Amino acid sequence: MFDVVFTSISLLLILSCLGVCISKNLVHSAVCLFFALFLIAGYYIMLYADFLAAVQVIVYVGGILVLIIFGVMLTSKLEKPSINISSFNQFTASLLCLFLFAIQCYAILNGNWINVDAGTIENSSKLIGRLILSKHLLPFEIISILLLGVLIGSATIARKKR
Amino acid sequence: MNTLESYMIVASAVFCLGLYNVMTRRNAVAILMGIELILNAANINFIAFNRFNGTGVLDGHVMSVFIIALAAAEAAVALAIIINLYRNIGSVDVDEARSLRG
Amino acid sequence: MEYILVYICTIFLLPLLSFLLQLIAPRSLSSAMAYLSTALLCLSSILSSICLYAFYNDSSWTFADWGIYSALKLIEIPWVTLPDFHIGFGMNFDKLAVVMLLVVSLISFLVHLYSIDYMRGDKRFSRYFAYLGLFTFSMNGIVLSNNLFFTFIFWELVGFSSFLLIGFWYEKKSAGNAANKAFLVNRVGDIGMFLGIMLLFMSTGTFSFNGIQYADIDNGIMTIAGLLIFMGAVGKSAQVPLHIWLPDAMEGPTPVSALIHAATMVAAGVYLSLRIFPFLTLEALHVIALIGATTAIVASFIATSQYDIKKILAYSTVSQLGYMVCSIGVGAYFAAFFHLITHAMFKACLFLCSGSVIQAMHHSQEKLHDHSKDPQDIRNMGGLRSKMPITFFAMLISTLSLCGVPLFSGFLSKDSIVAGAISYYNSFHGLTFIIPLFIILSAALTAFYMFRLIFLVFFGESREISIYSHIKESSYYITAPLILLSLLSFAFIFTFPSFNPLDSHGWFYSMLSTVTPFQTLGYDMYKVESGIHHAHTSAMIISITVAFIGFLLAYFKYYLKRDILSLSTNGIYIKSKNLFRNKFYIDEAYEYFIISPFLRLSKIASIIDWNYYDQRFIDSWGWITIKLSKISSALDYHLLDQFIVDGLARLANRSGKELQSSQNGVLQSYLFSGVLGLIILLIIIQQLG
Repeated sequence: MFDVVFTSISLLLILSCLGVCISKNLVHSAVCLFFALFLIAGYYIMLYADFLAAVQVIVYVGGILVLIIFGVMLTSKLEKPSINISSFNQFTASLLCLFLFAIQCYAILNGNWINVDAGTIENSSKLIGRLILSKHLLPFEIISILLLGVLIGSATIARKKR
Repeated sequence: MNTLESYMIVASAVFCLGLYNVMTRRNAVAILMGIELILNAANINFIAFNRFNGTGVLDGHVMSVFIIALAAAEAAVALAIIINLYRNIGSVDVDEARSLRG
Repeated sequence: MEYILVYICTIFLLPLLSFLLQLIAPRSLSSAMAYLSTALLCLSSILSSICLYAFYNDSSWTFADWGIYSALKLIEIPWVTLPDFHIGFGMNFDKLAVVMLLVVSLISFLVHLYSIDYMRGDKRFSRYFAYLGLFTFSMNGIVLSNNLFFTFIFWELVGFSSFLLIGFWYEKKSAGNAANKAFLVNRVGDIGMFLGIMLLFMSTGTFSFNGIQYADIDNGIMTIAGLLIFMGAVGKSAQVPLHIWLPDAMEGPTPVSALIHAATMVAAGVYLSLRIFPFLTLEALHVIALIGATTAIVASFIATSQYDIKKILAYSTVSQLGYMVCSIGVGAYFAAFFHLITHAMFKACLFLCSGSVIQAMHHSQEKLHDHSKDPQDIRNMGGLRSKMPITFFAMLISTLSLCGVPLFSGFLSKDSIVAGAISYYNSFHGLTFIIPLFIILSAALTAFYMFRLIFLVFFGESREISIYSHIKESSYYITAPLILLSLLSFAFIFTFPSFNPLDSHGWFYSMLSTVTPFQTLGYDMYKVESGIHHAHTSAMIISITVAFIGFLLAYFKYYLKRDILSLSTNGIYIKSKNLFRNKFYIDEAYEYFIISPFLRLSKIASIIDWNYYDQRFIDSWGWITIKLSKISSALDYHLLDQFIVDGLARLANRSGKELQSSQNGVLQSYLFSGVLGLIILLIIIQQLG
């Protein structure tokens, strides 16, 4: 049962990623990205990361993807609909990426990984909250400062010049 | 199939696809989508590692949270830049942004 | 006897001292230095006579104790001393050497005295005396050296000194040519001598006369070596066929001719043959006898039709040398040596007399300012007997001695030689009769041409009255040696105790007959000695008869001017007279057969060398070098310079241009390169780990 779920999610994920890469219409690739992100959330649920699955959906899909679609809409040209002709040599890049994938598979399959199933986790959000505010306090604070900076920065960058 | 290797292979595939996306797309926003895929692949890896390491500590989840936050921040900044670029050269085609060409 | 050694060393070195002193003498002192040289040589001759007296007195020096070749090596000045090879200058300390030393010193002294007047006013006066000193020194060296090596060294030195002396008046081209000819012909003989010396050295390992005599070698090698060394004697003593230099050497001053060509240098060959006599084999001795006899007869024929005084005397010398060599070949050892001594005396006297005549003619011509006539031509002389009495008597005595008339020394020695020739025929029979035949015939001819000379020069009327009227006798410097030498030509000088003119026994015989070697490779000397003894009386009779016949012929033809047998209109007589006057055309034969082909060969060689070797071969190397340098420069320019050096620059340029395209401003290509680098790093890390 698990295997079927896993295999199907994986296949769908890969297909949607391919769709992101290959589709000529930008909005089509954004929708494929939407699907991919949802499937990744499904992955998280399979991995007993319930809180993170929720965070993924909310932040990624609801925030980032929306932002991306905003960008698509704001910057598309109506006179030139097809703007997806690749710049770099597709063939070389695909070879490179395949090669990289092959190397990584080789490394993955030949490594000694710790493969211990950790069991179920009841309340991941509580544990995560505890960790954020105890062990990983510093990155938390820094992320908050970063977000502040991003906020101000992107507003400044995207400001209309008078 | 409930092994670390399978999750890692999938993550690696997503990563490579994201990399392909970055390398071959002309539209800047499409490149941004590729970057999101890359970051998500890293996230999958973290969660998978955390699942299969045997302790009940959720350090990997915390890391993923941070990565998501970071991705959001970076997407915001990137879009701001893209909008700026669009305002300056009238299109988001990266091939036309070649003042740094040597 | 040891003090004699000191004297001998002094005698040896005195002429060298004279030579060196003359070289450094300034021109103002030249006549004084000439007197000094003469005094040095007088001292030398006095010392050598003292040595001779000492040797005569010391009766322990007989053959039984010493022999000729067991010369005591009281001195051997080492010259080369290697572990296995040793040459030194050892001295012969025996009677033969002492007598020769006396002869050389005495005649050299008399020639010095004579030359003071003869060469007066010559512009190279002191150099002449220097050359005379050098010559005497080298002659002493030949006499005293006891090994073949140093004999050869002094042999060459003597040849060189004679070259200097013959070509003394080198402004005359004929004198220079004559000096060259003398030296070259001597050289030809010396080749043989050197080969012989080397052959003997290779066979026996020693150079000394003594050592070679007692070494045991194959007979054939000994014959060849002996003949080769004799070839040196052929060159030096002017035997046929190398006699051609001696008549031409008359271009030198007359005292030089007296010293070199009468007494000493030409005697060196005979002396050497005497020294090597013990190791001459029978075959070699036959050849030597034949060569000697041939020389005697050929030279006598040529002398009968010459008109130059000195040339007549030169051919006479050649003939007498033939006598001596033949005597050695025949085995009459003592006779050869005796003839050498007596010949030195009377031939030197003859040459000095002719010099006196020539000088008188020359001075007379100077007074008349007439330089067209040759002062040496006997056709310009005649009736000089009344004007130059001392010269006439000296010459007459010497001629009588030369012709072998009893009461004179020449008779004793010549008679022994004829006896030797006859006994040679008696022991070998067959064709060897030509040896005594030649000797006897030559004796007749000798008498003929010598009396022809006397009658034409001193008797009759003068053919050139103008020259005749101004002739006068020469000064005492010239006549004193003449008198002394003519006195030495009397027989009783050599046969002192006995006054019998027909008997050659006396102090000389008793002293030197023990010198004859009895251990020889060639003849059984006892047999030879007894043969000579038997043939003695017949030889005496034959030689006196033959000399008288020659005298009669000359008397009739030149004094009475009567043409006996009407010979002068005989065709054969005229043709043969022409043949003799042209010296049997031997010189022309040499010129035609040897010299001209050689000159042509050298011309061809020079053409090959210049046209082919130099122009084509050598210059083509130059051409090749130019081509190679062009290739090398092309290589250097195109390969090294353009291809490698500039090529590297172009490579950098091109690669820069190519790499420039990587800076295209396209982000994705940068990403691509980055990922590529990452992959490579992964591979490397995987391989390393």
